[in-house]
Amino acid sequence: MTAAPALGRLTDDQRAIRDAVRTLARDRVAPRAAEIDRTATFPEDLRLLLAEQGILGLPFPERFGGLGADLLTVCLAIEALSSACATTGLILAVQELGALPLLLAGTEEQLARFVPGLAAGSDLIAFALTEADAGSDAAAVRTRAVRDGETYLISGTKRFISHGSVASLVTVFAVTDPDADRRRRLSAFVVETTSPGFSVSRLEHKMGIRGSPTAELAFDDVRVPVANRIGADGDGFGLAMRTLDRSRPGIAAQAVGIAQGALDAAAAYAGQRRQFGKSIGEFQLVQGLLADMDARTEAARQLLYTACEEIERGAPDAGRWSALCKLVAGDAAMAVTTDAVQVFGGYGYLDDFPVERMMRDAKITQLYEGTQQIQRLVIARALLARDA
Amino acid sequence: MRIVVLMKPVPDPGEERLGADGRLDRSVSAVINGNDEYVLEAALQLVEAHGGEVTLLSMAPAGMTDPVRKALAMGAVRAVLVTDPALAGACAWSTAQVLAAALRTLEYDLVLAGADTSDGGGGVVGSAIATLLHHPYLSHARKIEPFEGGVRVERISAVGHDVLEATLPAVVAGTQLLGEPRYPSLRGIMGARSKEIAIRTLAEIGLDDRPLGGAHATTTLLDTHAPAARGSTRVVRDLDTAAAAAAIVDFLVERRAL
Repeated sequence: MTAAPALGRLTDDQRAIRDAVRTLARDRVAPRAAEIDRTATFPEDLRLLLAEQGILGLPFPERFGGLGADLLTVCLAIEALSSACATTGLILAVQELGALPLLLAGTEEQLARFVPGLAAGSDLIAFALTEADAGSDAAAVRTRAVRDGETYLISGTKRFISHGSVASLVTVFAVTDPDADRRRRLSAFVVETTSPGFSVSRLEHKMGIRGSPTAELAFDDVRVPVANRIGADGDGFGLAMRTLDRSRPGIAAQAVGIAQGALDAAAAYAGQRRQFGKSIGEFQLVQGLLADMDARTEAARQLLYTACEEIERGAPDAGRWSALCKLVAGDAAMAVTTDAVQVFGGYGYLDDFPVERMMRDAKITQLYEGTQQIQRLVIARALLARDA
Repeated sequence: MRIVVLMKPVPDPGEERLGADGRLDRSVSAVINGNDEYVLEAALQLVEAHGGEVTLLSMAPAGMTDPVRKALAMGAVRAVLVTDPALAGACAWSTAQVLAAALRTLEYDLVLAGADTSDGGGGVVGSAIATLLHHPYLSHARKIEPFEGGVRVERISAVGHDVLEATLPAVVAGTQLLGEPRYPSLRGIMGARSKEIAIRTLAEIGLDDRPLGGAHATTTLLDTHAPAARGSTRVVRDLDTAAAAAAIVDFLVERRAL
C-alpha cells in the first residue's frame, strides 16, 4: 500500500479512518488472504475484528450504536480492506447492502429492533433479491409473500446470496401482488434466519471471493410478521433499485482496492525481480504496464469518490453516478489485475503469489450488483431521460 | 487509578535524519515511540481492570499532534503537550526537568514511561523524573499490577524476573514485554477529535527562566554511524514470504550460487 490517493478532498476524519483501516488490512487481513481463498472459508476471525474495531458500524446511525459515517467513508474502508483481501472488504459491503432497505425505508421501531446488532457487528445481514431466473431482470422475482392475518407466508428460492449462510437476518424481496405492474409487484421483508421454513439449500463454488459464502436460500412457508415488512406493499422493487444506487459504490470501492493491491504487489515485484542483469522495473515495457495500471486505478478511485459525494448530497442522477463508478472501477480492477499477473510473468500464474487471486476476485466486480452491461443501461437511461 | 503516560512522538524508525545543526529532523512523519505505546497499552488495561483514567504527557514541537491523537484514540482521556521553541535540541536533563515540572501541575498516582526512545535512546528520562519528584522508580517492567496504596511490578532480570513493590505515586518504566498495543478503534479515532490536547509553554509550567533547551544542552550529539555496508547488500522487503523467497533465489541464481 504505497500509493495514496490525493489528500485534498478527504476530511481529517476520513483520512484517519482510512489510515486506521489500512493498518489493520496490512497487519491483520493481508496475512490471512491466501488461506481464506485456498480454503474457501468465511473468515469469522476477521468479521470479529471488523466488529471490534467499529468498522462494521460505519454505515449505521450513531443513535443505534453505529458511527454514522457518510458513503465515502464507508467506501474508503471497503477499499482499504479489499486491497488486502476482497472477501474481507465484502463483509462490510454486504453488511451495508443488506441493511440499506432498512436504513432507507425502515420505521424507527424496525431500526431500533434490527440495527443495534448490525452496527455492533454481532449480526450480519444479507440482501436477497436475485433468483435463478431473476438476475439482471430483477423484477421477474417469483418468490411469493402471501398475507395471512398479521403475517406473511414467504415461499420460494433465492440464488447467489452473499453471506446467505452466515447472516442472521436476510432482506428478502418477494411478490405480494402478482397482477400489479412490474414495479409494484414486490415487497421487502426482514427475515430472521432462525425462522422455521428457512434453509440454506446450496453453497456455490466460485472462481473468486472464495471466502465469502454465496448461498441458495430456500423459503418454505416462512412466517414473517407484518411488522417486518419494509415500506408499504408494492414498494419492494423501487426500494431495491434505490438500495443499489447507494450500494454499487461499495463494489466500486472493492474493485479499486483490489486494483491497488495488485498494483502495489506488481510494483514491488518489478523492483525485486531481476532478468538480463537488472530489475525488470528498469525495462520500459514493464514501466508502461505499471504506469497504465496506476492511471486506471487512480482514475477509477477519483470517479468513485466523486460519485460518493454526488450521491451523498442527493444528486437527482444518483443512479447514474453509482453505475458510472461501478462500471469504470470494475473494468479497471479486471485490467489492472490481469496486467499485474503479466508483470509477474509465469510466477503470477501460481498461487504462491497474490495476483492470480486478485485477478479472480476482480472478475466478480464486473458481474454482481448489476453486470457491466446493466450499468450501461442505467447510465444511458439517465442520459436519455435528462434530454427528453 | 490516575495514570500519566509519558509519550514521545519520534520520527518513524528508520526515517531518522540528522540536520546540519546536529539535531534530529523532526519534520518527518512522527509515530508514538515504541516502548511508550507498550506502556500506554498497559496503562489502558490497568484502568479498564481497576478504574481510573489515563492522561498523556508529551514534550514535542507544536505540530506533532498526530501521534498524540493516535494515543488518545487508543483510549487516553486527555493529553498535555509541553511545547516551546526554546526546547528545540533539549538534552535528556532538560527533558526530565520539563516533564517533572509538568507532572507537578497534574494529579496522578502512577507515571508510566517507555524504557527508552527509538530516537534518543538514552533511557534516563524516567529515572531522572522520579529523582526530581522523589518518587520510587521501577525499571524494565514486564508486568504492572496495583495493590492498595502501591504498585507491584515484575522487572526483567538477567536470568528471569524480580518482583518489586513501591508506594504510590511511583514511576514505572516498561518495555514491549508488557504486551502488544491495541489498534485504535474507529469509534476511538472519531472520539479522539474532541478530546483535549492542553498546550503548555515553559512559562505556563513555571520554567521560563531556567537554562533549558538546545542552548543549554548538557550533552552534544557529534555524529551518528550506521553499521558499515558489507559489499552490495540488497534488502528484500515489501513482498510476502513466497515472493521474498523467489527474489532471494533469483539473487542467488544470478550469482551462480545455486
